Amino acid sequence: MRAFWLLLPMGVIALLFVAVPLIYVIALSFLHRGEMMGVTGPATIENYLRMFDARYARVMLDSISMAAYTTVLSLLIGYPFAYYMARATPRWRNLLMLLVIVPFWTNALVRVYGWRILLLANGPINTFLLRIGLIDRPLKLLFTYGAMLLGMVYSLLPFMILPVYSSVEKMDWQCEAAARDLGAGPWRAFWTVTLPLTLPGVLAGCLLVFVPSIGLFFIADLLGGSQVIVIGNLIRDQLLKARDWPFGAALSVALLVVTCLVLVGYRRAGGKDLEVF
Amino acid sequence: MSDILLSLRGVSKNFGEGDVLRGIDLDVRRGEFLTLLGPSGCGKTTTLRIIAGLTGPDTGNVILEERDVTALPPEKRNVNTVFQNYALFPHMNVANNIAYGLRVRRAPKQTIRTKIEEMLALVQLEGFAKRMPAQLSGGQRQRVAIARALVCNPALLLLDEPLGALDLQLRRQMQLELKRLQEKLGITFVYITHDQEEALNMSDRIAVMNDGGFEQIGAPDVIYEQPATRFVAQFIGQANLMEARVTQIHENSLTLLHGDQTVLASAPSDGALKAGDSCLLCVRTERLHYAEMPHAPFTLTGMVMENRYTGGALITRIRLPSGEEWTAGGHGRADEAPAVGSTVHLWWDPAQAAVVGGGRGGA
Ligand SMILES: Nc1ncnc2c1ncn2[C@@H]1O[C@H](COP(=O)(O)OP(=O)(O)OP(=O)(O)O)[C@@H](O)[C@H]1O
Ligand SMILES: [Mg+2]
Repeated sequence: MRAFWLLLPMGVIALLFVAVPLIYVIALSFLHRGEMMGVTGPATIENYLRMFDARYARVMLDSISMAAYTTVLSLLIGYPFAYYMARATPRWRNLLMLLVIVPFWTNALVRVYGWRILLLANGPINTFLLRIGLIDRPLKLLFTYGAMLLGMVYSLLPFMILPVYSSVEKMDWQCEAAARDLGAGPWRAFWTVTLPLTLPGVLAGCLLVFVPSIGLFFIADLLGGSQVIVIGNLIRDQLLKARDWPFGAALSVALLVVTCLVLVGYRRAGGKDLEVF
Repeated sequence: MSDILLSLRGVSKNFGEGDVLRGIDLDVRRGEFLTLLGPSGCGKTTTLRIIAGLTGPDTGNVILEERDVTALPPEKRNVNTVFQNYALFPHMNVANNIAYGLRVRRAPKQTIRTKIEEMLALVQLEGFAKRMPAQLSGGQRQRVAIARALVCNPALLLLDEPLGALDLQLRRQMQLELKRLQEKLGITFVYITHDQEEALNMSDRIAVMNDGGFEQIGAPDVIYEQPATRFVAQFIGQANLMEARVTQIHENSLTLLHGDQTVLASAPSDGALKAGDSCLLCVRTERLHYAEMPHAPFTLTGMVMENRYTGGALITRIRLPSGEEWTAGGHGRADEAPAVGSTVHLWWDPAQAAVVGGGRGGA
């Protein structure tokens, strides 16, 4: 009984901020678009069927492949970074940790705008390359798939580094020493012992990068131009531009389902409850 | 083939806060069971890691089978280690842990299978092949660690306090098993412990370490009977130490004065002591005797302070007129205890009282 009263505030908060909006969105997704604005009945599954239209399916696939690239790149950059950070002397470790944390002190949107300026046709990068004579016409850097990927990896990298770092830091180095002692070279010891033992961090990092990267729309807008429309853009456009709330809601629910599938996959792969810091 | 399997020559190591090893020299013979014995933090593990190649020495050389291996990485050395906390691979079952060294060497599947069986039988863990390390008891883990290290037939096995985490009974049993294993396989063992009883029980030779250097290297009985330094005398067994001055030298014994009391001791074989020299005497607790009557030519007396009866041994604490306190006993029964407060005469067999360091200082 005591537990009930103690948990009550949590329950109320969860209800207000999680359950109610969720139910609202799910309910919306089964309605029709109103004549002028708003929504009307009767209930329908048409919004969900519409998603299988080639255009929208394409957006879904593009989003997922985008998220996959982002995750793989973040892992390839983030793992070595986290590894050396965890094994560095305390001085270096603190410095590197600061480098990872500092970007959080400014708004993500502002930082992405920063990249936009850097990548402009007459921005610093092009200017520099022209000056040193490496190129003779400005490169198209902005509004490319690459720019978008860069922005994604840049924004989400810390979410890969931190869990991997925490797992490398907890690693029992005696095990790696044992592998070497038993005849394994440094690489073999890494693949057979260090990597498997730090896999929880890798899985958590992939989850933390993959899930938000499906939905992040402002990076696709600011750096990708109209090269790729990701599901985040689509949802926003349906809600704000096309004013088709039911379809936007249905897309949101679909995104939620994808996310849940990823989580289930994470659990299946042996992922633990997330403990990042 | 040389008799010496491994040599350390002037090996030193400093991790930045003072010397952990201060230029140590060591020779390990083929087939020998050599124990590094010393207090916590004296540099035992560091020595072992340098032998295994897991840590590089700042100066000095490691010579294994007449080859200088100082610069070789661990995987290129014919040495395997049983680590202090076993360091089993937690994500592999027992069989895969044991097979690791063979897989790395690309042994054929059939060989691996038979070797695993052989090793499991050797350490008496038949039927445990599929268990994960987390599902094993401490003693079982320890056996897996030994099997994993032995599977590649190393010339030298390093064991870092392999019994440290076990309870006393299991420990005694494993001591016997390990010793038997070593004799059966004929593999050279370098064994770390900070348990002197373990060292005395198992070793062919003991290297007593303190503060990054060796105090004495020798057979267990030599270490026990003729300690080279005050540290060795105090670290191993229960010793009564006394400053004394030589008054007379006989064929194989000495007459000395402790304060103004006459005592006897065995003469060091190197004959380094002269009449008038000061030295440090060591008389083991179980070899210090007391009686109501004087035992000529000893004139030493003391007052009984306390009797303690500890499982088969009566230990008596005796205070000397000088204020020093000694302990005597080791066999008697509780009802034979001398009255507390009574004065007793102390004596010992001169052959069982050694001059610490054999007369060459050390005090
Ligand atoms: N990697 C390291 N970095 C810094 N200092 C170290 C390192 N390894 C060991 N030391 C220091 O070296 C000294 C000796 O350590 P070592 O592990 O060899 O002791 P030990 O004799 O094995 O002790 P124990 O019986 O407690 O295992 C200790 O003071 C320890 O703090
Ligand atoms: Mg140690």
